[in-house]
Amino acid sequence: MRTKGIRTAVTLAAASSLLALTACTTDPSITENTGGATEGASPGATEQAEWFDQALYDEQNEQRSATFEGNPDEPWLQYIAGDMTDTSEFASEGEHKVCFANASISNPWRQTGWITMNQQLQVLQDEGVISEMETRDAKDNDNTQIADIDYFINEGNCDAFIISPNSTAALTPAVERACETGKPVVVFDRGVETDCATTFIHPIGGFAWGIDTANFLTERLQEGDKVVALRILPGVDVLEHRWAAAEKIFAEKGIEATDYFTGADPTEIKKIISDELATGDIQGVWMDAGDGAVAAIEAFEDAGKELPVMTGEDEMSFLRKWQETGIDALAPVYSNFQWRTPLLAVQKIFAGEEVPAEWVLPQEPITADELDEWLKRNEGMPDGHYAKFGGEDLPGYPEVWQQRQMP
Amino acid sequence: MSSTWKAGNSFGRLPSTHIVYLVALLTLVVGAVLVATTGRNFFSPGNISSILTGTSVLGFIAIGQTLVILVGSLDLSVPYVTSLASLIAAGVMANSSSNILPGVLLALGVSAVIGLANGLIVAGLKVHGFIATLGMGLIISGYLATNFKGSFGQTPFAFRLVGATGLGPVPVSTLIMLACAVLAMVLLHRTRVGHHIYAVGGDLNVARMSGIRVQTPIITAHIICSVLAGMAGLLLASRLGVGSPTVGSQGGYDLLSIAAVVLGGTLLAGGKGSITGTLGGVLIFAMLDNIMSVMQLNPFVKDVVRGIVIVVAVAVYARRTILKRPPRFGHGQPEEPATKQEVAA
Amino acid sequence: MSRTLHADSGAVLQQNRAGAGERFRRTLLTPGGAVFILLVVLLAAIIAVNPSFGEPESFIRFIGRTAPIAIAAIGQYFVIVAGEFDLSMGSVVTMQVIVAGNLIGDDDAKVIPVLLLMIALGALIGLVNGLATTLLKVPSFIVTLGMMLALFGLVMYWTGGAAQGNPADSFRQIGRGGIQDVPVLGIIPYPVIILAAAAALGFWLMRRPYGRTLIAVGDNATAAALTGTRVWWVRTRAFMLSSLAATVSGILLVGYAGVHPSVGRGYEFTAITAVVLGGVVLGGGRGWLLSAAAGAFALESLFTLLNFLGVQSTWRDTVQGVIIIVAVAAAARSWQRRRRGSTAPARAEQHRITATSAKPAEGTEQGGNGY
Repeated sequence: MRTKGIRTAVTLAAASSLLALTACTTDPSITENTGGATEGASPGATEQAEWFDQALYDEQNEQRSATFEGNPDEPWLQYIAGDMTDTSEFASEGEHKVCFANASISNPWRQTGWITMNQQLQVLQDEGVISEMETRDAKDNDNTQIADIDYFINEGNCDAFIISPNSTAALTPAVERACETGKPVVVFDRGVETDCATTFIHPIGGFAWGIDTANFLTERLQEGDKVVALRILPGVDVLEHRWAAAEKIFAEKGIEATDYFTGADPTEIKKIISDELATGDIQGVWMDAGDGAVAAIEAFEDAGKELPVMTGEDEMSFLRKWQETGIDALAPVYSNFQWRTPLLAVQKIFAGEEVPAEWVLPQEPITADELDEWLKRNEGMPDGHYAKFGGEDLPGYPEVWQQRQMP
Repeated sequence: MSSTWKAGNSFGRLPSTHIVYLVALLTLVVGAVLVATTGRNFFSPGNISSILTGTSVLGFIAIGQTLVILVGSLDLSVPYVTSLASLIAAGVMANSSSNILPGVLLALGVSAVIGLANGLIVAGLKVHGFIATLGMGLIISGYLATNFKGSFGQTPFAFRLVGATGLGPVPVSTLIMLACAVLAMVLLHRTRVGHHIYAVGGDLNVARMSGIRVQTPIITAHIICSVLAGMAGLLLASRLGVGSPTVGSQGGYDLLSIAAVVLGGTLLAGGKGSITGTLGGVLIFAMLDNIMSVMQLNPFVKDVVRGIVIVVAVAVYARRTILKRPPRFGHGQPEEPATKQEVAA
Repeated sequence: MSRTLHADSGAVLQQNRAGAGERFRRTLLTPGGAVFILLVVLLAAIIAVNPSFGEPESFIRFIGRTAPIAIAAIGQYFVIVAGEFDLSMGSVVTMQVIVAGNLIGDDDAKVIPVLLLMIALGALIGLVNGLATTLLKVPSFIVTLGMMLALFGLVMYWTGGAAQGNPADSFRQIGRGGIQDVPVLGIIPYPVIILAAAAALGFWLMRRPYGRTLIAVGDNATAAALTGTRVWWVRTRAFMLSSLAATVSGILLVGYAGVHPSVGRGYEFTAITAVVLGGVVLGGGRGWLLSAAAGAFALESLFTLLNFLGVQSTWRDTVQGVIIIVAVAAAARSWQRRRRGSTAPARAEQHRITATSAKPAEGTEQGGNGY
């Protein structure tokens, strides 16, 4: 009987796996004490774990006014002075293969960065620094990204790893495994709970965003005014930090803030604002990302209400609507040009130049004074483009970004 | 499983499970060629391990989904059950190996309770499985979003070994998944409730009239499905080292598992199908993903390919079955559920 | 699809033979009628929380913004009553939104040609869904799931994920504008008019032979085929109606919200939920078109009520989940009650019909068997 055969085979396989534990191939890097804090014993005990972290808040608050080393015309190479990693051991001639484990390109911010990264790659390939970049895209899935990193370690034949982690804690062991290969590892955007990487590249961070935006709004609003906070989705640390900082400042200044999750869907945003306007006036709108900002402004227009004080993002659609309506606004920036930095870091590493252990990139909001300049610099770009993408000197500019060509 | 590939009959007379594995074989051959063109080896241990790892999580969920679909229902709540189980397991274990057993039991226990609730809503309140489990998924998703901020808890070293250990290139997690598949087969073909699952899925009214208590198989299938989704959550907790409130929905396991089940030849309306076919469907998906990743296909194009493959693969045997009606139960299976045959007659 | 809820075919026939007054009374007690009661209760609750919602202008605007999902629900109704699913709806909406954004641009002259192209695309997608379901015999759940993945992937690949920008204002007026200076109401948004037209058209269609055949096909495809119905063509047209409805929703949403790849996400599930809330039975053959539209309004009212009540944003999913289950469970009970009350001949007829369908039907869910 065929099925019986299968059954027997499978049962045998399962049983033998228990017997053969000595012959098993455990990943050597899984060690007893990986990872950070252990939380309470039952889910109930720490359910209300908050995103707010005073130490990180204070640190990022200071970094907002820090001096950055390097040429301000190349902000993607600037950093805050601090510990440097010595990379002389990696110094070597010739072309190197880079393996890139990407979390996803599922939103316009990541897509814009991905385009920029590929153009930067082209430059380094032409210069003979990088032979090729093999990319695996995890489609926002932790489990897939872990498998992707393991695949690179086993099969990729990589000279260096670039990892843009999908989430912090879950990817930590996999990043550690990559580190243990002895090859350089560059982590960027979201972090991991280990400092084994050669360099960790990121803009100042979510708390700085929250402080910039909430300060802007509270300076212009009175105590008791109402702010509607439009958030994309819960549970993503870079986004949660933005709100955690802003929420704290709003509470301190007596601003009434109501938050909603919108999934970045302008339809949802418009409905939410319309409903809020039906119950009372709104003085301010806060967003944790600029997608759909236009819909929020249009909701005020359609309801015939006075336009709010608002913070969006350096997404073109928001900047254009800002100029068109002349609202009082601020465009915080989660520096999109950071997508260039990892490959440039790899170049430095193979040249044996030291790199910052934690490479903190500038993160400067666009203010009303600079609005016209940024719009001019990005003329002809699609609405989903980000003004501070930092690729003006790369090959293919501006067509590649205008046509949004990506491999 | 390779024995199913030896099918030498003319195509039209093949049972759909054979065709599933023929499609899998085709994927394998095409994949091996394509992968070879990039200078890689499809059959290298690292790649095989990567493919099999890809089958584990979806495998658990798809096995459960098969039972639920066989009984004529659906389960769209699986991703959230998976996330919840990973959180409970990691939370209870809290990096202490003495807590592994309580963590596993509590995670599976809660999953079973959710499955029970699903089953009772479907069988007792007569709510269509689509809506019942969509609603249940929303309920859990709200709970997760409210109570868990990002990843939570930690699984101890011993537990993480499960996700990181392999027998040669075969991950232990895949073996556990296959063991679950065997148990599900035994349940379906050797037990009364298994036969009743086929009967109820085939025709609820006829099953009822022939004296089957139709609630029992529906509820059982839902409980098992949720428990297997919980198993997937445990595996993810083991691989991630932490629990995560989004790990289930990240995978899109609800629709993907249904697609894998149908790809495996199970009738979406219930009453017909097999676990073996489902495993074939899962394997096809895993190989497809692996090949496309090695080829570095644009992630959006991957979705296009996936969408087309799902439809075309199902079309291959769905159309054939209409042209040549096979016997209601696979040939060469005298031990097939007798109840069902009587019922259908 | 599933047979779990399949039962009472005869009762409906019985019902349709009753007189008009009697029918209205009975109608309110059916799931298809009960959704109107649910809707009234929800609207009353909203007005109680926020009286300004009851003002004519706010209310007409509410109808206007609910129009896209209500139209989608009407489209989905045709497919569900034929015993199928359309999961590709959300991707069709997204595609149409992006097509409008990228192809129209700021050029008013392109509005009409692109509009025609969008309608053609909508019809084509419906045709492909329908033919793959009926001729290739692939279950519609799978066909439309595949279509959902493939279409979204194609659109994202084509646009690199981001649309160029919002289309010309003249195009957006369809979804954003309205007839100004109307007495009492203040404004009649165009979406309200389009919804009314779509509902009237749908209602008319369901009274036509096509509508009757569609329900017959959904109830029992074999029986319908035996009476000479071209089942494949009836079903295919249902898919085309669904995709066209999604196209209209997309056109309205471009106006209402603007262009973004996330517009339309989850629309398929919202539309199916709305249809089911409207008392339409998954599996086909039962339910009313206007109830499906009312289901969409009930769902939207629920979201609005949650907004007004200030329910914590993370708990909304849970509330929505509970209400869907409770509403559908209540509906199922009421169908059951009606069945118990139905006449003996109706019961007998129902048994006869279900017994027929116990044989492997010439339906679409023919997989295979074996191990």
